[in-house]
Amino acid sequence: MPSLGADMESGTLVEWLVHEGDTVHRGDPMAVVDTDKSAIEVESFDEGVVESFLVEPGTRVAVGTPLASLAPAEAGLSTAAKARVPKPRVPVPLGAPPLRHHAAELGVDLTRVSGTGPHGEVTRADVDRAAAEPRAAARPETAPVRPAARGTQVSPYARRLAEDLGVDLARVNGTGRDGVVRAEDVRRAAEAAARPGPAQAEAREEAPAAEAAEVPASPERSARATIAALMSRAKREIPHYYVATTVDLSAATEWLRRTNRERTVGERLVPAAVLLKATALAARQHPELNGFWVGDGFVPGEDVHLGVAVSVRGGALVAPAIHHTADLDLGEVMAALRDLVERARAGRLRRAEMADPTLTVTDLGDQGVEEVIGVIYPPQVALLGVGRIVERPWAVDDMLGVRPTVRLTLSGDHRATDGATGARFLNTLESFLQHPEEL
Amino acid sequence: MSITDDEARAMVARAVRRIVPDAEVETLAPGADLRRTFELDSLDFLGFVELLVSDSGVRIDEDDYPELTTTAGCADLLVRRSA
Repeated sequence: MPSLGADMESGTLVEWLVHEGDTVHRGDPMAVVDTDKSAIEVESFDEGVVESFLVEPGTRVAVGTPLASLAPAEAGLSTAAKARVPKPRVPVPLGAPPLRHHAAELGVDLTRVSGTGPHGEVTRADVDRAAAEPRAAARPETAPVRPAARGTQVSPYARRLAEDLGVDLARVNGTGRDGVVRAEDVRRAAEAAARPGPAQAEAREEAPAAEAAEVPASPERSARATIAALMSRAKREIPHYYVATTVDLSAATEWLRRTNRERTVGERLVPAAVLLKATALAARQHPELNGFWVGDGFVPGEDVHLGVAVSVRGGALVAPAIHHTADLDLGEVMAALRDLVERARAGRLRRAEMADPTLTVTDLGDQGVEEVIGVIYPPQVALLGVGRIVERPWAVDDMLGVRPTVRLTLSGDHRATDGATGARFLNTLESFLQHPEEL
Repeated sequence: MSITDDEARAMVARAVRRIVPDAEVETLAPGADLRRTFELDSLDFLGFVELLVSDSGVRIDEDDYPELTTTAGCADLLVRRSA
């Protein structure tokens, strides 16, 4: 189980994307992992043949737990080389402080929890399951499970699955906490649709039992908790400074209008793509804002991998990276942005995209706000907030005109840089935005 | 090939639902703001226009976007352009 973010302690294996005996190459997607924030594709760290799966889908394991063993491609299956793992598995013994704390939070009596760990140890998942049980038991077995009406939470992975399987989410019974629709519910609905008649009733009755057997806390609740932990850490540890400027975007919007007239719908650019590319180029000129604060010092990023804050329907927030943003042309940035947002919402992000951002951009312009003064994602050292493009009165050459403008706010980590660095960065960014044809 | 008003509305509903799977487009007031109702950001909206274009075969330019604010506006544009 790789770490998919500084704040990640464990993850749930959702499904295997390969079979035992398959040959995999470095970078091939192997499994889908749910991190509380979103479902993410985990790729192979090595070449080889999948020898065996060590973790069953639906299991939550700590970061560092081996998920599968790979055998070298040529040597066949005999010499088992474990897929690279950073840390050996650390089972949580009964009553270990973090577990006790977790159990206390959920009101679970540890002595009544049966452990499923290697030597019968109680794991965090066992506690979560025990916490979910009273609810499941309190619900009469025959009562129909609440259907997922509009507004009901659906896990990102479930949403993607529903699309793949052609399942109408409005007809799916959510069996997660508070009626959250989970992947399992979608699969059950798809099966029920395939076998009409009694199958449906049977599936419904099974639901509460199935929940008790495998469900950790509701994904949305955990997503909130993850964001809470990360943002608390940011505000606790990072002394933020903020510098802001308002930029005339008439050159950029005029250029976009011209170029988009010649582009097919699928190739059209949105202003966010221009802002991202310009930000990436500016970050390359100011490398002290592009990287991480680790321990007591700044570690520059190996390249500019811009993180893009994406809100996922259902309440989660992720900020995956567009790799090597500064080297992509605008069409490529646009394609990467669309692909990233689509996959973030479908719960199909890749491990590296979650782990690699060196500087994050949060663009809330679509929500109609003029200014975003954002919180830095630790361990990054800066974040650019982008507001809505607004027409403002604008003085130019002693004349007053109306121009499309955007408010750009840089949040900087004062341990790594000073306001002057942030100001220079914004000046560079502004000049890039005045020459969109060169981006 | 011309598109009828009913076909146009169905195309609009289908396109919205590809982006927001649980969107209840049919019960939406014809004059309601699509982007606001379904919280479509600029990328969602681009995807929406792309689906309309591929489904209907009509040409839609950026200058037409103001007409695409509501389901009625979208349907009218598709009907008019396909005539």
